[in-house]
Amino acid sequence: MAAVDDLKFQEFDDAANLLAANPDATTISIEEPAEVPKNQHSRLHQPGREEDDELLGTDDSDKTELLAGQKKSAPFWTFDYYQTFFDVDTYQVLDRIKGSVFPVPGKNFVRLYIRSNPDLYGPFWICATLVFTIAVSGNLSNFFIHLGKPTYHYVPQFRKVSIAATTIYAYAWLVPLALWGFLMWRNSKVMNIVSYSFLEILCVYGYSLFIYIPTAILWIIPQKVVRWVLMMFSLGLSGSVLVMTFWPAVRDDNRRIALATVGTVVLLHALLSVGCLAYFFDAPELDFPAPIIPAHNGTAVVTKS
Amino acid sequence: FAGLADVSISEEIPVEGQITVPVGSHSPDEDGSTLDEPVRETIMRDLKAVGKKFVHVLYPRKSSTLLRDWDLWGPLVLCVSLALMLQGGSADSKDDGGPQFAEVFVIIWFGAVVITLNSKLLGGTISFFQSLCVLGYCVLPLTVGMLVCRLVLLAGSGTISFIIRLVVVLAMFAWSTLASTAFLADSQPPNRKALVVYPIFLFYFVISWMILTFTPQ
Repeated sequence: MAAVDDLKFQEFDDAANLLAANPDATTISIEEPAEVPKNQHSRLHQPGREEDDELLGTDDSDKTELLAGQKKSAPFWTFDYYQTFFDVDTYQVLDRIKGSVFPVPGKNFVRLYIRSNPDLYGPFWICATLVFTIAVSGNLSNFFIHLGKPTYHYVPQFRKVSIAATTIYAYAWLVPLALWGFLMWRNSKVMNIVSYSFLEILCVYGYSLFIYIPTAILWIIPQKVVRWVLMMFSLGLSGSVLVMTFWPAVRDDNRRIALATVGTVVLLHALLSVGCLAYFFDAPELDFPAPIIPAHNGTAVVTKS
Repeated sequence: FAGLADVSISEEIPVEGQITVPVGSHSPDEDGSTLDEPVRETIMRDLKAVGKKFVHVLYPRKSSTLLRDWDLWGPLVLCVSLALMLQGGSADSKDDGGPQFAEVFVIIWFGAVVITLNSKLLGGTISFFQSLCVLGYCVLPLTVGMLVCRLVLLAGSGTISFIIRLVVVLAMFAWSTLASTAFLADSQPPNRKALVVYPIFLFYFVISWMILTFTPQ
């Protein structure tokens, strides 16, 4: 059991939690390390928040962090190290995608689906697909909008692919980096119960972008109302996945900082979708027949707009 | 070993003889013997290998010669000819036209490298260059499709020509994807096949899109 003690003290935030709240927690923890954190939190919080333990997964957070440490034991300059990030099967990737599209209220995406096996396959290929989907859909939608006009000459607009790629990859990989840095910094000031590794944050962001792929395809429809409804819907779904993931991580912090963090996450997400809609998809012009102006002498003059 | 220190052959005993290696039935690919052949033979041998692989792609059967003797000449030729054929498109301003030569090149080679890395990271057993070779050679149907599209566009660029081009590009896209999947799918772990095939699908989809949206000046 000395090994368990050693392992326990490596996780400073958990140990600090236990020691701060209950000085004799260590004796209990030797026998049942998995149960003490749970009892700890149900004592600290109101009894009606058991679902939060499920949400946080604190009963296996120790084990998952240890397992994560044990998995990636190859040095980072070997190929095997990077292979550990692609250790997913087809059905796992599909499950994660399903979890990001149908967020279950109260369930944390990371704890439920990632379960200490974050992968880089999903984020990378979902971003690649999204880049090409947005570029192709934007091009198609512009083509259909301007179809009848005599002055319109179709151009493939290939430049937009590189712009789309830069934007989406920067969002999906730099914002998680910034968020992870921020959470680590807050973790050092306030003992947070839940802390995510960088890869897990990357995973959540990558999989939460999946809903935009069908949205971008449906954005071909040249109706403004339809486009905005679609955007609200997809923003709601992916935003809720992000919020439900990150709210437990900042909940114990200063109220204003917690709200500001979650608000920034949602705001950046909204900016991405609004920006993509505005830049890649031309505004659909109103397409009703030209108005007929009755002239004085009774003939109708049709003006083309 | 002290006794061996003064072992030497005295100068009165001549040492002579012949050291020859019996040539016999060695393959002609032995290092020394291809140096003397005429250049035409060397080039023809490589060309024949490339041509054989083209035929393998056009009629994909599971054959291991494509995988074993990889070469990148075929992919290079295909990539350059595809990129050249995609030039001369509509470019009202430099920014809005089709892909530049360098962009096509980068997309094909960078895309092939990324797909190969992806399949290796997922646990595939194929070697890096073999996979590049297969992906590059399977661009052949799309290059043929591009040639057909340009010929059709010479005839006219109305709706009928668009429909013909659409059908041709769709058929070539399916052919490329199926050909490369036939070669590559066996080297993947069975429960990750879809994860490896999807990027190949995306890769050929992007190339097909570039071909389909080519509009002449």
